[in-house]
Amino acid sequence: MPDDLPLLEVRDLSVSFRSRGRDVPIVENVSFSVDRQEILGIVGESGSGKSVTAMAIMGLIDAPGVKITGSALFRGQELVGLSQRSFRHLRGREISMIFQDPMTAFTPVYTIGWQIDEQIRVHEAISRTGARARTVQLLGDMGVPDPERTANRYPHQLSGGLRQRAMIAMALSCNPSLLIADEPTTALDVTVQAQILDLLRNLRHNYGSSVLLITHDMGVVAETCDRVMVLYSGRVAERGPAEAVFRQPGHPYTGALLDSIPPLTGPRPERLPSIAGAPPPPLERPSGCAFAPRCHYVHESCMILPSLIAYGTQDVACVLPAEGHPLPPRAAGAA
Amino acid sequence: MVIKTGSSAVSGVAAGPWRTAGQALVRNRPAMSALAILLLVTFACIMAPFYAHDIAHTDPFTSNVAGSFSLNGQNVDIMQPNDNPLHLGLSPAGPTWHPSAYFLGADSQGRDVAARLLYGGRNSLLISFSAALLCIGMAALVGVLSGFFGGVVDMVLSRLMDIMWAVPVYLFAISLSIVTISQGLKIGPFTVESDNLLIPIVIIALVYVPYAARPVRGRVMTLRNAEFVMAARSLGVPRWRILLVDILPNISATLVVLAPLLTALALLAESALSFLSIGVQAPAASWGTIIQDGEGLIYTRPMVAIAPGLAIVTVVLTLNILGDGLRDALDIRETSRKGS
Repeated sequence: MPDDLPLLEVRDLSVSFRSRGRDVPIVENVSFSVDRQEILGIVGESGSGKSVTAMAIMGLIDAPGVKITGSALFRGQELVGLSQRSFRHLRGREISMIFQDPMTAFTPVYTIGWQIDEQIRVHEAISRTGARARTVQLLGDMGVPDPERTANRYPHQLSGGLRQRAMIAMALSCNPSLLIADEPTTALDVTVQAQILDLLRNLRHNYGSSVLLITHDMGVVAETCDRVMVLYSGRVAERGPAEAVFRQPGHPYTGALLDSIPPLTGPRPERLPSIAGAPPPPLERPSGCAFAPRCHYVHESCMILPSLIAYGTQDVACVLPAEGHPLPPRAAGAA
Repeated sequence: MVIKTGSSAVSGVAAGPWRTAGQALVRNRPAMSALAILLLVTFACIMAPFYAHDIAHTDPFTSNVAGSFSLNGQNVDIMQPNDNPLHLGLSPAGPTWHPSAYFLGADSQGRDVAARLLYGGRNSLLISFSAALLCIGMAALVGVLSGFFGGVVDMVLSRLMDIMWAVPVYLFAISLSIVTISQGLKIGPFTVESDNLLIPIVIIALVYVPYAARPVRGRVMTLRNAEFVMAARSLGVPRWRILLVDILPNISATLVVLAPLLTALALLAESALSFLSIGVQAPAASWGTIIQDGEGLIYTRPMVAIAPGLAIVTVVLTLNILGDGLRDALDIRETSRKGS
């Protein structure tokens, strides 16, 4: 396989659930790609379809009446419609996932080490002692102090940060080339959060893994990601290199998200700007731009669904740049 | 987030959930007393032949209406004239409160009630423990299958359970027993005689399957959607392995807590069936059959019915206290909160 192909290329991925006789679109025509050793951030509010996108890529949605269309090529292999059997060989070995709450991601009845050993032994013919040696090595790499002893602890005996490290160690145990991290830091406090993000950033050098980082926190994206994709109401609002998006957001939604982060320098604002209203429920999405009802810049041309257009190094689903009224660039250092 | 300090943090290997639960159970005084009483009763019943042959010197399975026994050097007839004013008819000997002979008196056929009580306890306990085990095995199978696979499997099994549960338990058990006891059971090359203890064991286990399968199914359904199952799937663990490694250990607490309660229910059901002569068959004894023997003597020799009744009450009570203790020790509710 040629090296210039992206590791994961998703094209026009749509996911809809059947509810009360109607197909409810959750994710609509989402396209993106993840390169080797790249960290892509997917940002969006609750219900914007971030997690569903990830689950669809992993083949983990098996609810009745679900419809997944489009294509997701992983190393040239089509993931949409792949059988569960073939998926199982991919999961863990090629793609693995870490979750928001590391407490509930471990079964409470076994020690952490036992569970990581098992995970290694599911995919490789290796002795128990060999697996344990690797487990201890992994836990050590993840910055777990005293890994031999921690491996013999039960999940409830570890702190949140340690559990998340153990979860990442388990996800990396078989050297996957893509790690999907679904809000890995949401349940952690800020200092631990920074350590975990550091860990994720270093994975690409130490393990050669790409990371698909799902978050709702722009700060996390700024700190960690190479590129970012902003989802709004199941559609791509903007995507591009993280730095460019932060310097000059092309979509008013991205701009509003960035505005709602408290500035580090300058006078502290009395109130942070917020985005009025709430995202539309999937069944009541406007036929035009989904953000239009909440947008400051809404005008007639917003009533037609905007397609993604190139804007600098970004792709933006907004008519403003094309009409010659791009958002003003943000002051450097504001984010 | 809690990091446990103390002994478990100092030693290398942390105490597992079973050991923690065991320690909690040991600290629970009522549960430990109940367990001690239960073990004592079980031990006494196991020693029944020793008591009959070496202490009381009787055969509790042959009628002995013409015999006599010696008490404090005196010869006493087993069947004695009634103590009513006219001394009409005969009554079996009353309790002597002397362990060497007819401690609890004789029944209407002149057999030693104390020895029969111990022998009956063997059958009663054997049937109720085996029935509870078998029932839990079947309930776990049904619950796990329908909870884990869902869909058509779940629908068929759940409706079957509903239908079984709609029939009153005792009515169901009585109907099954009458059919099998009267003719025995022929399954292919195997013939089960009507006095085989397997018949009451299987019947009692069967009728309580819905009672135990429902909580198991509910627990499995919560676990199936638990994040650690999702995590295991996302790491490519095969389904059978998720079932064995992630689901089964997590329902074991539910099963362990159900076990003593089901044993108590099984004991009651066994006694009821035996009382109606469709459980353990004469001349073998069970607590239910002894109560039936004592029914006719209830005015003259109430001890014949009271003794096995007390035995049943004791065992059922201790089993329930033990079940409560186990539930507290394993803390099902807390575990399910963690799991969901």
